[in-house]
Amino acid sequence: MDLSAINNETNKVYGKSKLLFDKVMHFCPGCSHGTIHKLIAETVEELGIQEHTIGVSPVGCAVLAYDYIDIDWQEAAHGRAPALATATKRLLPDKYVFTYQGDGDLASIGTGEIIHACNRGENITVIFVNNAIYGMTGGQMAPTTLDGMKTSTTPAGRSHITSGFPMKIADMLALLPGVAYVTRQSVDTPAAVRKAKKAMIKAFKSQELKRGTSFIEFVATCPSGWKMTPVEANRWMRENMFQTFPPGDIKDLI
Amino acid sequence: MSEKILMKGNEAIATAAVRCGCDGYFGYPITPQSEILETLVEFNPETTNGMVVLQAESETAAINMLYGGAACGKRVMTSSSSPGISLMTEGISYIAGAELPCIIVNVMRGGPGLGTIQPGQADYFQTVKGGGHGDYRVIALAPASVQEMNDFVELGFELAFKYRNPVMIITDGVIGQMMEKVELSPVRPRLSEAEIAQYYGDWATTGKPPHRNRNVVTSLDLDPCKQEQFNIKLQTKYRTMEQTETRYEAYMCHDAEYLLVAYGLSARVCQKAVELARNAGLKVGLIRPITLFPYPYEAIERMLPQIKGILAVEMSAGQMVEDVSIAVKGKAPIYFHGRTGGMLPSPEDVFKLVEHIACGTFDQAGVAGINKLLIR
Amino acid sequence: MRGSIDVSIDLCKGCAVCIAACPTGVIALSSAVNGKGYNYAAAVNPDKCTGCTNCAIVCPDAVITVYRTKV
Repeated sequence: MDLSAINNETNKVYGKSKLLFDKVMHFCPGCSHGTIHKLIAETVEELGIQEHTIGVSPVGCAVLAYDYIDIDWQEAAHGRAPALATATKRLLPDKYVFTYQGDGDLASIGTGEIIHACNRGENITVIFVNNAIYGMTGGQMAPTTLDGMKTSTTPAGRSHITSGFPMKIADMLALLPGVAYVTRQSVDTPAAVRKAKKAMIKAFKSQELKRGTSFIEFVATCPSGWKMTPVEANRWMRENMFQTFPPGDIKDLI
Repeated sequence: MSEKILMKGNEAIATAAVRCGCDGYFGYPITPQSEILETLVEFNPETTNGMVVLQAESETAAINMLYGGAACGKRVMTSSSSPGISLMTEGISYIAGAELPCIIVNVMRGGPGLGTIQPGQADYFQTVKGGGHGDYRVIALAPASVQEMNDFVELGFELAFKYRNPVMIITDGVIGQMMEKVELSPVRPRLSEAEIAQYYGDWATTGKPPHRNRNVVTSLDLDPCKQEQFNIKLQTKYRTMEQTETRYEAYMCHDAEYLLVAYGLSARVCQKAVELARNAGLKVGLIRPITLFPYPYEAIERMLPQIKGILAVEMSAGQMVEDVSIAVKGKAPIYFHGRTGGMLPSPEDVFKLVEHIACGTFDQAGVAGINKLLIR
Repeated sequence: MRGSIDVSIDLCKGCAVCIAACPTGVIALSSAVNGKGYNYAAAVNPDKCTGCTNCAIVCPDAVITVYRTKV
């Protein structure tokens, strides 16, 4: 059969979201950030809320998120995205406001901002990408680095005796009454991505219900920081990260 | 018919914010300025005019709420006092770097560190010489009365939006706490979202409609050429501010032989000292900078041909006096009198120091505080 | 069902996540490299493609478009 006969708009079943620019993303090959960016673009496009969505990008690998997704963006200082999102949502209550933050940004330098935004039940969506390492600065220990995991600042492996334990920030936030929805997702398999997409749509739609903060943690890979191929990184994540950060809903009041 | 009400300086700031259409206030309590947040909450603004008033979890969060709110094209304000402003400097740098309008009020107290809750003016360097990282400037307005606490809120928003730049109202615990009669600003409605889109739609993040490209509020540009061009653009903006926004008040300067230079509360003290000196036959005048950035260098420089000596008075160990010396360029002797730690200068002490300057016996004045001769 | 994929060769980073996701072994990395020096994803067994979209869904760089038709 002639392939060119199939490759037309009528038969198209999956293509790049119109909200993703054609620009090549700066992420390393196989990085989970790209897939998560894609999910945001698809979610905003499918919900038809481009005109009503404001994203807040972090400091870290995803700092340039605004270069890839065609919506209005604010670029926050390290860890402060929830403060920007708080004011934005309060002043523009009918808009969809989300933050996009890594583990260093959200669970280390920005713990104060995320905890208090969630405690106030800010009606925003938080997208938290946890790859257990500082990618942008070259692979240092993150608050979510696993016990025993090697990083450039824990070359012998993280020791909880000197560096504490991997912080389960999603579980901590789920305790707060202001938080409506906490789920942990991954994007390593087609099934996982499909599930994550449903979670993201649910999180964004929860803003319409004004139930409080919706929080999605993505257990993610950093193939470069972990010094693995992308496929190995996905396997390593399932075998190691999922023990400390098991996927699934942690809280659902929606 | 304008309304005149007796109120505290801090209350005047809060009242002016509500009346001039401020959309959001984000702040954290700290003495001596907590009345600003308390007064705003008393207005019950969420149900009256829809203004957002939020007590943040820290000054760091408050300034970043300001960043987010300003990015939406809204008129936003915060207030704090010295140690809190130190925490905010990161955010102020980002706001300046992202070219966003907002007002930050600093009701200064004595430092360093936790210092004291008593008034001070020792945040001058922090305000006008940087504070945070990078080459940025904030317009700094220094009120010397409760009336000006009121007036500078409206003026501050006007300048902030004109230049898309943060404006600081830099005052002290005395002005914040003292009561005077105030003629209130006229009530202006808050801008609607449609009006904001019309006026600021080319930069504010209000959601991307089909007819325009997305707006991105950021201070980041990894391309060195573009980042340098951006810095040059910022500097051009700051030069324009210097040319058009410098404000000061000259008091009894026409025939002055000795010149006092002071701002805020110190300027009020110096005004009394001028009166004491004039009664004693000494020709003394006062230049009161109203904008600390841009600084009224030329106003001081123009006085120099008639001036025998200059005395700068501050509630600091000598900060603004460095800008006086930039204006004077060694053409006249500059003396300094500073009180720190929450102590205030007095008209009598300032008068005494001027008398001694006239007699050439400055170092024998025996006045408490930090007294020094900067340029002979 | 008959499927087909179209890879934007110049945007592909050769991460191979799509290869692991393909249930019918359609995709492999090409021996040739693209403009960025990556061995890019290519449909080496195009006849086996069912158009399930798994490869495109996991692709971090959104470089795969999937077509499907009944035959």
